[in-house]
Amino acid sequence: MMAQRFIPLWITASLLLVMFLIGSAQFEGFASIRVVTNLFRDNAFLLITALGMTLVIISGGIDLSVGSVIALSGVLTSVLITEYHWHPLQAFALVLPLGTLFGAMMGTIIHVYKLQPFIVTLAGMFLARGMATTISEESIAIDHPFYDAIADLSIALPGSGSLDISSLIFILFFIIIATVMHYSRFGTNVYALGGNAQSAELMGVSIAKTTISIYALSSFLATLAGIVFTFYTFSGYALGAVGVELDAIAAVVIGGTLLTGGRGFVLGTVLGVFLMGVIQTYITFDGTLSSWWTKIVIGLLLFFFIVLQKLLNGRKPSHG
Amino acid sequence: MKNFKLVSAFSLWAVSASCAFATTVGFSQVGSESGWRTSFSEAVKAEAKQRGIDLKFADAQQKQENQIKAVRSFIAQGVDAIIIAPVVETGWKPVLKEAKRARIPVVIVDRNINVDDDSLYLTRIATDFTEEGRKIGEWLMDKTQGNCDIAELQGTVGATAAIDRATGFNAVIANYPNAKIVRSQTGEFTRAKGKEVMEGFLKAQNGQALCAVWAHNDEMALGAVQAIKEAGLKPGKDILIVSVDGVPDYFKAMADGDANATVEYSPHMGGPAFDAIDAFIKGNKEQSKWVSTTGEVFTQETAAAEYEKRRLR
Repeated sequence: MMAQRFIPLWITASLLLVMFLIGSAQFEGFASIRVVTNLFRDNAFLLITALGMTLVIISGGIDLSVGSVIALSGVLTSVLITEYHWHPLQAFALVLPLGTLFGAMMGTIIHVYKLQPFIVTLAGMFLARGMATTISEESIAIDHPFYDAIADLSIALPGSGSLDISSLIFILFFIIIATVMHYSRFGTNVYALGGNAQSAELMGVSIAKTTISIYALSSFLATLAGIVFTFYTFSGYALGAVGVELDAIAAVVIGGTLLTGGRGFVLGTVLGVFLMGVIQTYITFDGTLSSWWTKIVIGLLLFFFIVLQKLLNGRKPSHG
Repeated sequence: MKNFKLVSAFSLWAVSASCAFATTVGFSQVGSESGWRTSFSEAVKAEAKQRGIDLKFADAQQKQENQIKAVRSFIAQGVDAIIIAPVVETGWKPVLKEAKRARIPVVIVDRNINVDDDSLYLTRIATDFTEEGRKIGEWLMDKTQGNCDIAELQGTVGATAAIDRATGFNAVIANYPNAKIVRSQTGEFTRAKGKEVMEGFLKAQNGQALCAVWAHNDEMALGAVQAIKEAGLKPGKDILIVSVDGVPDYFKAMADGDANATVEYSPHMGGPAFDAIDAFIKGNKEQSKWVSTTGEVFTQETAAAEYEKRRLR
């Protein structure tokens, strides 16, 4: 049983390695540290979002609002900086708690009214996107010395690779979340909730506290991802980050987390994002394939992993 | 089998490496959201092929994050030059700085970008939208001797193309006291929305005649043509139709007499872009920052022939 839990993780890791080797064999410059650090830099916002999504899915829920929360967070941040002339750090200090509150509210509604997370976070998705678009339909550029400093600040690695602030923020939160999930009471509660909510409650897990915390944390991470996204694009755009929630869910599933909850790894999700990133890099290096192949491959991988989950779960499809 | 693939991949690589003068250019395109965008992509690909340039094409599916990723990949790959057709104006500074550090020239095509330091790109190849609006405005004023009640179908709110085309057009009709825009609303550059808005216009006019429809792009104009037909009027005769873009469908509509004129929004920006890159490689590092590629006015007279040309492409 123990080994079975790790099978999806191993498959994802092997696929990642194989894709990377194929790319390296075919293209000059693919097997470079630069390509690897680009995976961090280009996907930092998605990675941070997907960390939260992993928790939500392990707890048996789903959070469809994250893409819109990223956009709202980016728009709020850039409006505060560009139009109200706040210092970026002041803006972050306001936006992050607001985002967390947004998630806590969704969590409360889910718990108190016993509603499907799907519906509640779908409402949250429309609400956040709507608010972002009301604030500004156009992309708001950020021109602040703090942002220039952030863009220039990075740890140089050999082979013209470099880890920027966004990558470092992701790495920091990856360590925190992975530790919390595997070594804290909260982490155990999240797994228990996703395994079986009723028995979790009998075991003394506070369902209310855990549910609210999970959605608050997911929204916090999405808000942070929104800030990281402004580092990435130097602007806030209400129509940006469309569909990121679906990319995050895909990464979580490809990373071996059970969609029905109870099982999964934060590390798997990270590998899932990297696998998607490597496929995208491969297609860009090739330069003749349609970029929509990324979606096709991800779709196929999802099918594969969902069926795999079903099989590993030991449920025989005899009655189906 | 796999070995064979590897070997052939390696030999291909060896061949491309052996002709050192062959230029590799990465092209990050917005997406394929319209017929015009697709012909733009195809035109660039064809131009590259003709010049023996190895073109790496990346479709960003309307997302800036995908464009930035693609540009980073191009830099990692060590291409000789990068062409970007940006999806939005903001947010290009960091990645352009990276390209500059890697000494890779970047040519911006089509839409503009918003950076304070214009040394971050080599040049920009783009149409002058204001000029387009002016040209089509002049054509319409010529045709109607300056007597015209115009319904305007605006592009997406805030889009540069919409703002500048309107500016150019309005500057021309301001000289004619009997020409004015009587109705104006956004049709968001789409055919469906253009039709919907035109239906509203016709209802609101309540039988009062309109002289012309001025659409900020062909797609909306084609929607308006449909709406006018469904209202029992003759587009192109009862109500003149003018717009900008020159997509094949619009040439067909002109050939059929349903539409009157358009200014071609030339998709042939690949040529000037590659010229700029060639010049850069030959040592011309400082170039003019804007190469204009404004197209010509096309009317019903040449529409049938032009449609044949474009259809076959």
